[in-house]
This record gives sequence, C-alpha cells and structure tokens, in this order.
Amino acid sequence: MPETATVEKIAVKININVNGKLYARQVEPRMLLVEFLREACDLTGTHVGCDTTYCGACTVLMNGLAVKSCTMFAVQADGSEITTVEGLEKDGKLHPIQKAFGDSYGLQCGYCTPGLMLSTHQLLSGNPEPSEKEIRKAIAGNTCRCTGYMNIFKAIELAGRNMKGA
Amino acid sequence: MFAEAQSIVAEDEKKHGSGPWVGAALPRKEEDRLLRGRGKFADDIKLREMLYLRFVRSPYAHARIVSVDTSAAEALPGVVCAITGKEIVAQTQPFIQIGPDQAQKIRDFPMAVGKVLYQGEPVAAVVAESSSLADDAAELVQVEYEPLEPVVEVEQALTDRSILHEEAGTNRVWNGVWEYGDVERAFKEAAYVVDIDRLHFHRFSSTPLENNVVIAEWNPKDDRIYYWCNNSFPAFAIQFLAAHLGIHIDKIRVQTFDIGGSFGIKITSYPQMAVCALASKKAGGRPIKWVETRSEHMVSSAHGNERTFRNTRVALDKNGVITAIDSRHIDDCGAYPRYEPLGCVIWSQVFCGVYRFKNARIDFWQAVTNKCPVGPNRGYSRMQHLWFLERVVDICAHEIGIAPDTMRLRNYIRPEEFPYTTPNGCVYDSGNYPKMLEVAKYLIGWDDWKKKQAEARKEGRMLGIGIGTTLDSGTNNFGQSQIINPYAPFSGNSQGANCKLDIYGEVVVAVGSCPQGQGHETTAAQVVADVLNIHPDLITVRTGFDTERNVHTGMSGTYASQFAVSGLSAVHGAAQKLKTEMKRLAAFILGTKEDDLEFGVGQQGPEIKAKSSGKSINYWGLANIVNVNSAVLPPELYDVTLNCRYVWRAPFKVPDTKTKYGSLTLTYASQLHIAIVEVDRETFVPKILDYVAVDDCGTVINPPIVEGQVYGATAHGIGAALMETCVYDAVGNMLTSTFSDYTPITSMNIPKIKYGHTTTPSPHSYSGAKGMGEGGAAPVHTISAALQDALFSQGIFIDDSFNNADSIFRSLKHREGGQLAQLVKLEKRS
Repeated sequence: MPETATVEKIAVKININVNGKLYARQVEPRMLLVEFLREACDLTGTHVGCDTTYCGACTVLMNGLAVKSCTMFAVQADGSEITTVEGLEKDGKLHPIQKAFGDSYGLQCGYCTPGLMLSTHQLLSGNPEPSEKEIRKAIAGNTCRCTGYMNIFKAIELAGRNMKGA
Repeated sequence: MFAEAQSIVAEDEKKHGSGPWVGAALPRKEEDRLLRGRGKFADDIKLREMLYLRFVRSPYAHARIVSVDTSAAEALPGVVCAITGKEIVAQTQPFIQIGPDQAQKIRDFPMAVGKVLYQGEPVAAVVAESSSLADDAAELVQVEYEPLEPVVEVEQALTDRSILHEEAGTNRVWNGVWEYGDVERAFKEAAYVVDIDRLHFHRFSSTPLENNVVIAEWNPKDDRIYYWCNNSFPAFAIQFLAAHLGIHIDKIRVQTFDIGGSFGIKITSYPQMAVCALASKKAGGRPIKWVETRSEHMVSSAHGNERTFRNTRVALDKNGVITAIDSRHIDDCGAYPRYEPLGCVIWSQVFCGVYRFKNARIDFWQAVTNKCPVGPNRGYSRMQHLWFLERVVDICAHEIGIAPDTMRLRNYIRPEEFPYTTPNGCVYDSGNYPKMLEVAKYLIGWDDWKKKQAEARKEGRMLGIGIGTTLDSGTNNFGQSQIINPYAPFSGNSQGANCKLDIYGEVVVAVGSCPQGQGHETTAAQVVADVLNIHPDLITVRTGFDTERNVHTGMSGTYASQFAVSGLSAVHGAAQKLKTEMKRLAAFILGTKEDDLEFGVGQQGPEIKAKSSGKSINYWGLANIVNVNSAVLPPELYDVTLNCRYVWRAPFKVPDTKTKYGSLTLTYASQLHIAIVEVDRETFVPKILDYVAVDDCGTVINPPIVEGQVYGATAHGIGAALMETCVYDAVGNMLTSTFSDYTPITSMNIPKIKYGHTTTPSPHSYSGAKGMGEGGAAPVHTISAALQDALFSQGIFIDDSFNNADSIFRSLKHREGGQLAQLVKLEKRS
C-alpha cells in the first residue's frame, strides 16, 4: 500500500545579506542556499552541476569564505553575508578576477566560471602570488569540463598580479 | 609558471586568413555576460504558471513492470498530474528508428512500456507546483517489478539468450562488412602476422557541467509546442519529436540560449523533451520544467559508445609496414539505439586512420545491452576506431621490435600524398603527420626523455613514452546513413545563416548552429567583419538557436567538428550576399559603378564610399531606403532586402552503399600527442610526467579559441584514459552514478599541457579552415601507448582504453601468477 501523503509545510524566517542587499524571506527549512539565491533572490549566476559538492559550480562566498551552496541549507546562512558572481563587479566595472578570466580565455561555456572566480577570490584575498600547487589546490573543488584548466591557471596568475598592482 | 608554459607556433603560421579579423586573437564576444553572471542558461528561465517535473526511474536493469501506481503521488497537495508509459503509448508513435530490418521493429518510447531495459529508465513522471513537491511526489509512486536476466556484456548480448526488444527478436542491431583490396594475398605475402585476441574501448561520457534542462509548453490556444532547452541538435530533435507527437514540425518551436557544454551528449535529450510536452498537455498547457540531476545524467542521459575488437589479425612487411588488417568490431549501444546505429558507419570516416594500408576487412556489429543508451560523445565513433588502430600500430611495433616513432613514420600517409583517398573513398584534404611528430618531439624534449627513460629502466622504474596520432573528421556526409539503411532519407550536409542590416542599419547575424562554449558569436563576427571591412564590435551575432529565426536547415546544430566549415561558410555566404545587395543599392544612390565603391567606416559609422566622388552613404541610410523609405527605389532594385539568408551545402554525393565507398567527411583536422607516463612501483598509480599536444586544423579563425578547444579535448581524453569510466556490475547496476564515483578530471590531475600547432590549409573549405573541437581523443591513444611502453618489459599488453592503478596492479599480478591470457601472438615468416 502506498504511504499516506503528508507533507508539513514549515516556513522559517531568515535574513541574508547578498551582495550588499538584505533579503528577508520565509523559506522551507529544506531549501538549499543555491535555491535561495537562484529562486528567492533571482540571482541565476550561481549554478548547479553535480548536487554533491564535487564540481563547485555553486560556489559562493559566505563571510568571505568559499562555500558550496548546493549542499548547504539557506537557514544555515541566516545572518551571513554572501557574495555571488553578480557581486564581483563594481559600478559596472569588472573585478580584476573577471577581467583576467576574460583576457586569458579562461572560460568556454561559462557554466563553471562564477564558482571558479569565487574560489579564486578566496585564494587571492590572502595570497596574491600563489604557487602552482596553491592554485591547483584552491580550485580542486571546481570542475571545468571545457577548458582543460590551462587557461584558468593562467587567469588566476594574471588576476593575482593585477590585484597586487592595483 | 603557467604563463610561460611552452608553446610553439611555427613562424610562418602565426597569421592566417585573408582579412585582418579572420586569424586574429579577438577576445570573445560571449565573455562579458558570462563573466558577470548574466549568461542565460535554460534553468535560469522562469515562466508564469510554471510546473516542475520529476521522473520515477527503474532500479533494475532488466525487469517486467507489473504495476505502476501513481495515486498516492497524485493525492499529494500541489501535485498536478502524473504520467506513465501506458499513457504515452496511447498518444504517440514510437520514435523513428534509423537502423534497418529487425532494428526497425524496435519500439522506443520516452518512458518504459511493459519492461524496463536499463537502470534509470523512466517509468513514470510527476508534475507539481514546486520542484521539491515533485521530488516528494516521485517517492510516493509505487512500481512493482519482476526482474529479468540482465545482459551487460555485448558479446553475451549477441548470443540472444535473453532478448531486450522482443518485437525485434534479437539483440543484434546491425552488421556489415567493409572489405577493400586483397586481404588474403596480403596475409600470404606478409613477413609478420600479428594476432590480437581482444581489445576493448570503455564507456565514458564527457559529462557537460550543466545537466539537461527542458521547459516545454504545449499551448492549447494555438496548439503549438514551445521549448526552451539546451538540446544541442534541435533540427534533428524536432524531426524525431514531430513524428513521435504527431504534430506539424512548424508547430514546434525550439529555442536554446547559453549552453553549459554538451560535447554531443545533449543531442539525445529529445525523449525527455517529448515527456515534458505531453505532461504540459495533460496539465492544461502550463509550462513544465525538468532539470536533470547529476545522477540522472550519469545513469540515463547518454554515454559514449563502448566497443570490443575481436580476433584482429595484422599483416606486415619486413619493415613493419602494415599491409592488411582483418578484424571484428562489436559496438555496445545500450538499451535503445536512438541516434545509433549511425556509430556503425561514422568510424569509417577514418577507416585507415593516419596510415597507408590498403587492404582491410572489418566485420562490424552492434547490439543492445541493459545499459544506458549511448549517444554521440566528443570524438564520436571515430575515436574508438582510431584508438584501435593506434593500439595495433603500437602492439605490432613492440612485438616486432621497431621503435614506435619509426613505426609510425613508416606507416603514416606521406605529406605529398594529399589529398589522399582512403580505401573506402574518403578524401583526406591535407595534413603533415611527420612534421607534427617533429614539433611534438621538439616540445617534449624527446632525446632527453629517451635518456631519462634508459636511466629509469636501469633502476627498475616503469617509465613509458607514448605517441598518439588522431584525426578529427568534420562536416560529415549524412549519406553515410544510407550505408546503414539504404532507405534513410539523409545525405549531404548543410548549414544556414542570415545576415542583415536592421532598420537602423545595425549588422545582425543569425546562424543555425547551437554553440556550447565554442565562441561562434566571435568567429562569425570575425568572418563578417572581413567581408564588410568593419570592426567585429559593430556586428551583433544572435545567441543560441531558434527555429523561428528561419535560418536553420534539417542538419543545423553544433556537433561533428564542423562550425568552422559549415557554419562559417554559411555566414560568409550570407555576408557576401548582403554585400552584393548593398553594393547595388549604394551604386544607385551614389550614382556610380559598383567597382568604384569602397566598404569601410566613416564619420557616420560603417559606410560605403564612392572612390571617384568621395560621396558616401552609411548603413543607416541604406537600411532606411529599403525598409521605410522605399519610394526612392527604382523597380529594378525591388529585390534588394538587405536581409539575406544563405544555405551552404557540402559538395557530397551519396556513397555507394553496396561497396561502402564514398566521401564521408569534408575535412580532416589532426592531432598528435606525446605523453611521458610513469607507473609507481609501490602504488601502481600511473602519473603523467610530461605532455604535449600538437594540432593542425588548417587555417585558424581565432587562435586562442582553437588552443582552448585543444586543451579541453585533451583534458577529456586524459580523464577518460585514467579516471573516468562508466562502471556496471554484473546485474547492470551503474556504480558511477555521481561525480564522486565517476571523478571527472580536476585541476589536481591535469598535467601541464605543452601546446604546438602546425597548419596545412584545407583545399575543401573557402577559408582553408578545418572543423575541430572533438579532438579525436588523442590522449586516450597516447596514454595507452605510453603505458604499453612502460609495461611491455613486464609482459603486459595494453588491451583496454581505461587504465588506472587497480587495473595495472591486476594485470601485473595476473602476469606473475601466470593467469594472464595470451593476448598477442607474433608469427614471423621471413
């Protein structure tokens, strides 16, 4: 016999600051952070690729640290500050990381790019001159299926140089 | 560090193309929106009243469906409807089957009917107001199964002991023999005969990072179906869907936007597109969104063709030159042929690979198994065959005792032999394989590595040097489908494009391709910029595909390494057509002859100037006259629309289906890779110590885009060779259904790739360009060859395209224990 269908709808009120803007929303406890960003905030630059924390297409910054928003509940981010790819540019001007990815042909389909740039942001914030090993490690959780990583490595190096110079 | 990564581009080859823009390293037009997170991917689209669909999938590989009960799911508040295979059968025709004879009898629906044939096959779908409610509802669907004997191995499938498609009466989908020259005689006269019992090319998928997404609306008001999706060959999908759904093809509109990679895999999303349309109809015409999960993608989207090569015999002369190959190849197409059995012929585009042998007999088979259906995957069907040929060359070289580089040089088609006609009538346009080998050797530091290898061997280390040569045949002749089925109504190849001046004079280009990161907006703009002598920034190229742009042909899409040829030839043709019209119009307005006109940019933007008078008219002026000021026009210019559609056609003939002879592809890009691989003596982990990729795709439109494609294809190949494999257990459970199990290659595993480039312009395309992008899976060949070189002295032959620590350890242990079957036999006659 099929089980009886009962789904309790519970809503939790949360406040998340995304890219400098406060979003106060009622959400289901099971709502993922990435769903919150894409659905509740309509910020569709953050993507989902694997659902299991492997690929990092959903990477965002939470209080400055890179986290994977596909395996985190929105309620866990209550009260935090989130930066998504949409928050990287300033007054319409590309962030040096964005510019370096473009200049280095560091993207093809562009699906992984937002997550990669945010992992790069975490790396370069504390270390503008990372070694090869540090670069590889910093994006080990970001899968790119188009570029073969070569131009991404170049982009991260270039971004570091540009940020240091800025 | 990375910026200094070595790369070589021969001096005379730095600049290609006829104008200032074709051949330039122009930054990509796609970049700005993608970098800002403003790309538009299918899952980003939200429509009013949109519902969400979730599939219920089979846990069994082969089972009879006893019952499907959706009542509990449908009773859940927020659930709109459920749909099952039974309902679909009642409303639709089975999908078109491309195969002949018994394969025509296969009844393929987008949902299981009566039986499930692979783990992950949809048996029902539920539609709800939110995606999480759809997830909840899917769990409430009760399905009762009666398991049947699963068929996991293709050779087991050919025995027909357990039959998948009872209506077809056999698991065999296709069989055909390719035979050319005098095979018997070549074997009689051979100095060496090498027998290779079994080689196996594994199943893998390039797994685009964005999964399949479909939004469908079957609108009851106009009885039309609207799709917003990421299918990568929409012109093919609508042909299948119209026949399946019983709807006029013009009533289906398909739009694509930014696509997060496809590599061919997204060609085969039409069954899910069908279900979404039918679900929308059932839901009263509300739009339905289906977003595939990664696990769904892994178990039920599409995998690349798995191929087994049996009883291969190779005849060679005393110098190691191959004179004949005789072999039986068996393709495993999974549970439904779908795009297959096209893979049964597509490999023959590269029948002899890069080699000169003239005598060959290939007996080709394909069968269904209880696994995920296969679909075109980067390097589709050719890479399996090219890997086979590279294994043959390499195994023979080792067995006879000829250095693998010497062996290749003795067997390569020579530069002076191009255009080269293969035994089955394909015409290789151009190439220079010895030169590529020379460039690759230079970049890797061949002599140095040879010395290091000798030292390593003294220490007992297992270090190998491998060469892989491959072809990336592009712009295919659909007439090859008639070799599979003489009644297949396909031949030739075409692509459409439109180039216009909009009402205010903007240059707008639309093309029937369906890009997924290949930079078509950029390269199309480069081509038009050269025709009109303006900057590419002044040209808008439409993003994505849309049937209602009316530019597509039945072959439009992005697949089979062809955009640089078919796509850009169409764009070039449309731009030329527009230019001709603009000239006629400008000559009239400026009161001069057409040959007095000059295209360029003046103070009022892009313009046409009369050299004699200095008078000019800008694009706004031209567009104004044609569109909103036409009383100015004389009747002889009434045919000028400044809105020019052009269809480019490849100059193909239908191949001879009896002899399987004819030109199957227009261009042959090539790649040559060298890898240095060491197998750790303690852990047996194969590690790449150095890697070089050299490519030749004729005239290059945008060098960094080409370089990026080479890196990408190389990463896919390295991943496939060492990390990525679709594993099924003995009863058909897929064991690699998440990324954590499948392990796509990451930044930690990719070696630094040195890149080199040579150019042999194609005489078969207007620009000299060759299609590229698939890459021909060179790393799979190359790493197999390097491992062969590393392990030959241990008595190991590399017989599988997938090798990791586990498989190498097993081979070595079996060898030690004397359990390794003899794979290769050498008969020396001289």
